[in-house]
Amino acid sequence: MFEPDGSIRPCYAEVQNWVERTGIAGLNRRMDEAEAIFRRIGITFAVYGEGGDPERLIPFDLLPRIFTGQEWRVLDRGIKQRARALNAFLHDVYHRGEIVKAGIMPADIIYQNSAYLAEMADFTPPGKVYSHIVGIDIVRTAPTRFEVLEDNCRTPSGVSYMLENREIMTRMFPELFAQGIVAPVDDYPAELLKSLKEVAPPACKGDPVVVVLTPGSLNSAYYEHSFLADLMGVELVEPADLFVDEGRVWMKTTLGPKVVDVIYRRIDDEYIDPLVFRPDSLLGIPGIFNVYRNGGVTLASAPGSGIADDKAVYIYVPEMIRFYLGEQPILDNIQTWQCGKPDERAYVLENLHELVAKEVHGSGGYGMLIGPKSTRDEIAAYADRIRANPGEFIAQPTLDLSTVPTLGPAAVVGRHADFRPYCLVGKQIRLVPGGLTRVALTEGSLVVNSSQGGGVKDTWVLQD
Amino acid sequence: MLSRTAENLFWMARYMERAEATARLLTMGQRMAILPGAHHRDEWRSVVRATGALNHFPENGQVTESDAIAFLMLDPDNSSSIRSCLLKARANAKSARTMLTQDMWEALNEGWRKLDSYDVAEARQQLPALIDWVKTRVMTFRGAAHSGQLRNEGHDFLRTGSALERAQMTLRLLDVKYYVLLPETEVIGGNRDHYQWTSVLYALSGARAFHHVYGGAYTPWQITDFLMLNRMFPRSVAYCYDQLAYRLNRLAGWHNIKATCQETVQRMVADLEQLNSGEIFRVGLHETVLGGLKNTNRLGAEIAQTYHFG
Repeated sequence: MFEPDGSIRPCYAEVQNWVERTGIAGLNRRMDEAEAIFRRIGITFAVYGEGGDPERLIPFDLLPRIFTGQEWRVLDRGIKQRARALNAFLHDVYHRGEIVKAGIMPADIIYQNSAYLAEMADFTPPGKVYSHIVGIDIVRTAPTRFEVLEDNCRTPSGVSYMLENREIMTRMFPELFAQGIVAPVDDYPAELLKSLKEVAPPACKGDPVVVVLTPGSLNSAYYEHSFLADLMGVELVEPADLFVDEGRVWMKTTLGPKVVDVIYRRIDDEYIDPLVFRPDSLLGIPGIFNVYRNGGVTLASAPGSGIADDKAVYIYVPEMIRFYLGEQPILDNIQTWQCGKPDERAYVLENLHELVAKEVHGSGGYGMLIGPKSTRDEIAAYADRIRANPGEFIAQPTLDLSTVPTLGPAAVVGRHADFRPYCLVGKQIRLVPGGLTRVALTEGSLVVNSSQGGGVKDTWVLQD
Repeated sequence: MLSRTAENLFWMARYMERAEATARLLTMGQRMAILPGAHHRDEWRSVVRATGALNHFPENGQVTESDAIAFLMLDPDNSSSIRSCLLKARANAKSARTMLTQDMWEALNEGWRKLDSYDVAEARQQLPALIDWVKTRVMTFRGAAHSGQLRNEGHDFLRTGSALERAQMTLRLLDVKYYVLLPETEVIGGNRDHYQWTSVLYALSGARAFHHVYGGAYTPWQITDFLMLNRMFPRSVAYCYDQLAYRLNRLAGWHNIKATCQETVQRMVADLEQLNSGEIFRVGLHETVLGGLKNTNRLGAEIAQTYHFG
């Protein structure tokens, strides 16, 4: 919010005025009101393994995070570029593996990876699209510098917050939007539906029937699943609603079976078809993978897309951009050391107290070590884990992340934040100007995951 | 529409209806229990019986007010307790979320865990307020559905569930009190029966309505006519059957089919039309009521089969 010299960044001037007009106490009162709206609407999420309230709220911060039009133009190009490269990579690894043959990526990282799905080899999904919704986690590391923390190519969640946060802000503070300088995001569901229809399978005749597949109402992201189905005007199905017959997938309706063309599935690869993947899966739809491979249905995202967002593969994304697109990466990666490489491991073990170390296959901020915030014993214990299984760990510098203004009990305070835009890939690539800003609500904390006390805020892209 | 969604809407409406009916029964129990000589009669036993769950209690034991409140309002293991009904209605709603309006969802979501924190003593103490709360929740939900929901097949499934549940509740209430209605005399004998029947009418929100239709006196014929055959009273069996016939016809229309459940309900309506209260007493009120319960159960099964529930 502030320039290095302490002055207000111009794009935040309007928000600053608003904060002064309303006062901190006034804003905190409105915060309770916002929370009540969230609770009543039922926007909740569950945290696995923590017990307690099965449906709790993600804390919402009233102060928006703002990108200028100029900043957004860079992000927009960088995000789309990355989404294209990741999809090209997926097509390559499930076909000829040119990137390995060219010596750019080691074969092991791909073919020995548990996220690589041999069953997908030599199959080309409609439009060559594997990851239809690419969520890219981005941090700002300097005034004009954005870097990518990680990619999410399977089923990135959180887009409902982008829409609901905006909805609640416009409902509560219409005056902030009166000048029309904030780019709207509410066409996301329509854009998503368009993208999904564009990848209808060869067997589809006429207007494609799209559904959202949820594991069920106990899933932590169920609210989002129903929200998206609702806004797209498509059915929200559970696995038991679907079955396979005569080479197509059908849903059980009150009219009898109805064919389904495109499935936006929010259920993991391994649970999707007990005949091909986990035979013990109670969730799956037996035979669906075979129908998929024969062009009877489209799964979005494609099974096996996870290989593109694996943390060991992440390191090579800038190379992918050069290799497949012949372009220079617009968004860089965070510097990352791979513990599997002896010299990098040595560096990591020596400097662990200053680094953030992560498990390659972990997600959600679990199983990571933040060096500067850990005790000597914790660091030593983590170092032992790295030595025992070096290939399973990476490390990154503790970033000098910029902070965003956040409402505290007595004042506006700076908190670290990251940003996840949702890039849509069909025949075209689409990006709604906005995304999810997650913010660490504890001072100095770098962990923004909602499962660990992070909050969310509205994200504004200014139109200039 | 997904069969699972239809089933969820149907059951959501049934559970909400059941929650309200159970709340009304508890009011009835309290009214009857304060009548002179009440503890000899074990009024709470008849309240539990009206919910169809008497088999949860020992055959000859007394059922106390605390027992009834614990079982019918709070018991998470009784699948028909108000608490279970509200939880299940919300779970159904969550599963069919895309078919609900925001207002309907909010009505179900508001205070959905409220009853978790009550023990029997507290609930007894605050019974009237809790019952009002339950009724308000259900009426808000119903109002939201009536005023905002699209009149598509989803709404018809919802109203079907609600009418079926309501018909069964009125039938069971009639059955619990049928022995008071045995027409030995023209006017139901004595104050006690009078109060018992006004309690039943209150439980069905029908006391005032009854007077509007029939004037002052309570006769077995008139009360039976009111609760079974009167097509204006929205909790009467006849009204619920009419509603079921209307909804099932609409559903068949949406689906462009002729369904067995449609024929069944038309026969139920026609059979009821043939009856008058004199006829009912000639056949036997108890037998008529049992026949009604059997028919409605069968109808429920046919609906489930026609529309591919579970």
